[in-house]
Parts: sequence; structure tokens; C-alpha cells
Amino acid sequence: MAVKDYIRERFFPHMWCPGCGHGIVLNSLLRGVEQLGMSKNEIVMVSGIGCSSRISGYVDFHSLHTLHGRALAFATGVKMSKPELNVIVPMGDGDALAIGGNHFIHAARRNIAMTAIVMNNRIYGMTGGQYSPLSGYGTAATTAPYANIDHDFDVVQLAKAAGASFVARTTTFHARQMTDILKSAIVHDGFSVVEILTQCPTYFGRKNKMGGAAEMMEWFRDNTTPIGSKAKQENPDLIERGIFVQEEKQEYCAEYENVIKRATGGRS
Amino acid sequence: MNDNIKFVQGNEACVEAALYAGLEFYAGYPITPSTEIAEHMAVRLPKLGRRFIQMEDEISSICAIVGASLTGHKAMTATSGPGFSLMQEGLGYAIMAEIPCVIVNVMRGGPSTGLPTSPSQSDVYQARWGVHGDHAIIALTASNHQDVFEMTVHAFNMAETYRTPVILLLDEVIGHMRERLEIPGPEAIPVVDRLRTSVRAGIDYHPYLPREDGRLPMSDFGSEHRYNVTGLAHDMWGFPSSNPGVVHGLLRHLTDKIKNNVGNITRHKEYYLEDARTVLISYGSSARSALHVVEHQRARGERLGLLELQSLWPFPYGLVEEKCAYARNIIVVEMNMGQITRAVKRAVKDPERVVLANRIDGVFITPTDIKNILRLIQGKGV
Repeated sequence: MAVKDYIRERFFPHMWCPGCGHGIVLNSLLRGVEQLGMSKNEIVMVSGIGCSSRISGYVDFHSLHTLHGRALAFATGVKMSKPELNVIVPMGDGDALAIGGNHFIHAARRNIAMTAIVMNNRIYGMTGGQYSPLSGYGTAATTAPYANIDHDFDVVQLAKAAGASFVARTTTFHARQMTDILKSAIVHDGFSVVEILTQCPTYFGRKNKMGGAAEMMEWFRDNTTPIGSKAKQENPDLIERGIFVQEEKQEYCAEYENVIKRATGGRS
Repeated sequence: MNDNIKFVQGNEACVEAALYAGLEFYAGYPITPSTEIAEHMAVRLPKLGRRFIQMEDEISSICAIVGASLTGHKAMTATSGPGFSLMQEGLGYAIMAEIPCVIVNVMRGGPSTGLPTSPSQSDVYQARWGVHGDHAIIALTASNHQDVFEMTVHAFNMAETYRTPVILLLDEVIGHMRERLEIPGPEAIPVVDRLRTSVRAGIDYHPYLPREDGRLPMSDFGSEHRYNVTGLAHDMWGFPSSNPGVVHGLLRHLTDKIKNNVGNITRHKEYYLEDARTVLISYGSSARSALHVVEHQRARGERLGLLELQSLWPFPYGLVEEKCAYARNIIVVEMNMGQITRAVKRAVKDPERVVLANRIDGVFITPTDIKNILRLIQGKGV
């Protein structure tokens, strides 16, 4: 099937700004799904609220556009009640880690099989450019007119510490790597976290004098490096890309099958 | 020894009824006085091959049951005051996206942490108006364990029939008290199953297009029809829309589907109303004390009657007006500052006949409390 067959053309054009990175994420994700040869009927996309979360309306999967920050909680109900479904949860940075931070760490702790995609553009775009938990110290936003004093999370470290069994990071500049990583994350039997650095030229770029979309993507090229590269040793400020964690660990729904076996004395 | 006769808490009666109604998924968070519902679910559900999960809070609990309901499984959660406050966001979502589910609130004293282990009935208005935005809601209640069973099954039936969340308002006395429960035989109480679409694969399915009878057939996530579900105002495909005509139609539909079916949703019981000059109106555990007073005073020749409401929202205005038409005095017995009293005053002609008999101090309202107010009304002093 062509990528076109995975979208709902009726609902296009999409509502993202010119230069927004979210369309690249949509494209890379659909290429990954296509390459995996997955049926559209087996995929449920659950999203929250924000620019990133609108991605669920554009894909021709079962789609659940929920509440701000709560996508993983809804997704837990979907997955737990029908474990054969493949659940993909795209979220924004504020969505996943501010209002949804608690659900994020607990879903990771349970290691319930789903793919959490954190589309990190370091800003609240839908509401017009307020700082997020991933904006970082010293950045500018409409709510940080005198420079941001909040420090940011490292999504990779947070996900690792919370117990996610697959953790990766990539950027919209590295669209092919993104597809490969998303494929690995989707087939991984456990909680997968993929952080994708994506550009918001309209708000983060403009507020922080980062230039347009192309310049912001070049920034991703120049300021990231493969995990454990020589460049990282020479310049510790570089952001590492790639798969940080990929481990076999008992998945939550499979674990619950054991609960059922114990409760029924092995009769079920 | 009959296995179907049990001596249980109201919370356990609620669990047994939910299983009878076909519950397949429970998500919840511990909170007094509803915790026993979660505890019994954790024991009972896996024995039946069904699923239980303890979530990280009440917000995620209600979200999880909405997700589970979309895969075609009957789902519920249970909580109390503070948790019910946290659930308002998800409750509004379930109303807007029209997802069947059941939310039990075993009421305790509030506001805030209030009185965790004491009875109260002060969440009646939060059940009605806790969610932001115009909406209709179904809220049911019960005064004994047999009724807890019936009303729990009714809650699931109403949720499936009208594709809506249904709130079951129990209270601490009912939740924790132990009394006899007889589990009805299979099919003794009708169970409404999920109405699924007959639209075949490959043909456009409209998840939000009501049939002629107002019902909206569903399609399980994972089956042939792929559609969008959102909390935004949406069209018949479930896609976001801010078209004024679409929005108007949606809001009317969400309220009309309940308003136009008050007769099917409402349940009540009545005692000695035929010739009653003084009508008591009550619900939940308060109705037990009210009935005691009515029977006691009847024995002394006083013409008292009781109208027990088993459904609070949508409020049965017509029923209350009719039953109170010839009453000299109307006494509403409830453990709050007059939440249902307010609705009763709106329902009857001459609202000055309506008096509140209440307790708000975390102590169960007794027949003596009600009798004292009765004496005041009758001009006999306390």
C-alpha cells in the first residue's frame, strides 16, 4: 500500500503551520507502518491535546483524540482490554510531560506494550508559544518574557528511570532514522518511548531567533550525534540520537494473563 | 444452603451486580468509602478471565474505562468525593464522545478531604453539574443492597441504551453496611447488550449519526470500521467541527437523548402515598430512616407517605408534582444542605410547603431527627 492509503484524505489539508515538523513525523511513521505491513484495523492511535495530537485525525487507523495529558491513560484501557491491538500514542512535550507527566512515568513503570512518541518542539504551540517542561533554561516564550528559569527534563533519562523497556531519540532532520526507530519501537513488546525533536518555527523558532524551518532542522543536524560517537566525546553538549534502551522485560498484559491463571487455578 | 443468598456490604453488592450486567473491565484508585469495590473487583474479575487495573489516580481511572469501552467491553470505575472531583474531566469526555460506562460515587462528607469515613449525600449537584458545559446526565441511587444490585444493572443498561456515562450515587452507610443480598437468577433482570452497527465493511459507517429511535450503534476498536473519537465538537464521522449547525445539533442531541427518555430512565418507589397528607421524599440511606418514620406514625393514625427516588438525574419533575399534589406538607430527607429539596421546590406548586429535614455533620440521619422536624412543622415543638 502507498502511504496515501494510510491517511484520511477527507480531512486534509492539515492544520499545522508551514514549516512545522509534525508532518515529517506523520510521514516517517506511516512509512514505518507500511514497511511493517501492518493492517490498519489492528492499529489504535491515541492522542491528547495540542498541535501534535491532531495527528490522530489524519491517519486511517482507529483513532482516539482524548484529553490534554491523558492519552496514555486512555491507551492503557484500550490495550489492557484488547491486548492484540497495536497502540501508538503521539504526544506533545507539554502534553506528555507536564500535565501528563504522571501518566507517562506510570505507563513506563508498568511496561505496557504501546509506542509513546514525544514530539518535542519545546513549546506550547496550540496556545501560542508558552514555555514547556522541555523548553530549557534561558529560552524565551510568551510566558517567559525575561528568559525561562525552569530547567528541562531529559526525556530519555526520565523514561529509562521510570522503567520503559525501549527508549530512543531522533529528529525531523533524520527522517529515515525516525522510520527505522519507530518500526523497532512499534514491534517492541513493552513500553516504548521515542523522543522526536521537531521544529516549531512559528513560536519556538521565532521567539528564540532560531530562523525558519530549514535553519531549525540544520540545528538538529549540527547539534545531534549518534549514541557514543567520537564527536560526543569531544563535544559533550551534543544531543545523542539512536536507541538507548531495548530490553526484554515481561510485558504488562502478558503479566496479567498470569494473574488470570493464578486466580482461576490454571483453569482458564 | 443457597449460594445466591449473601450477607455483604453494599459495595460488594455493587460488584456482584456489575458482573451480572457483564462488566469486563474495571479501573480504579483506592479511596474511602469505595475501596471495597476495587478490592472485590481485583478478586472476582480475573477469576472470570476479565480485567482489573489499579491506576495512578482517578483521572487515569476514568480515562482507562473509556478506552476499554471503545474496544467493546463494559467498563466501570468507583470512587468517592475527592476522586469524583478529579473524574469530572473524563466524565465530560465520555458525555461528549458518547462512550457507555458506569461511575460509582460512594458519597462521603465534603468539601475537600472532608469526612472520609462518614455518610453524606452532598455530591448530588456535583453529579449534575460537575462537568463544564451544557450537558445532561443520568444519576441513580439505592437505599438497600437488593436495590444496589438492581440499580447497578440499570446503570449499565442505561449507559448502553443511551451511549452515555451513568453515575451511581451510593453513600457511606449503604457502601459499608452489611445486609442480606439475594443474587437474582440469570435473566431475572434484563441486561442490555452493546448495540453494534450492522453496516458492513467497506461501507461508510457514521459513529455519530443517531438512528430514528435516537440510539447510535457502535463499532468496536479493532473491527472493520475505523473512525475518529474526540472530545472536540464533532460531525457524524467524529471529526472535529466548529460549524454552528453541527455544534448546535450535537449539543441538542446530547441533552435530548436523555431529556426525551425521562420515563425510561427514572425509577422510584412509593409507600402509603394514596391518602398521605404529609409526603416525605428521600433517597439512599436517608430513605431507610424516612420509611421508619412513616410506618411508625402510620401506626399512630397519622397520614404520612414516602416517595423514594431511585434516580436523581434527570429529575422526575412530573412525578414529584403528581405525588405531592394533595400533600399539606412535603418533607425532603437528605444528608446535605438541601440539594434535592431545591429540585422538589421547582417541581411542586406552592413550594413553601416544602421543608428540609437533614443532617450535615457526618452523623447518619435517624428517625428521631426526622420526627423532631415533623413535630416542629405540626406546631408541637421539639
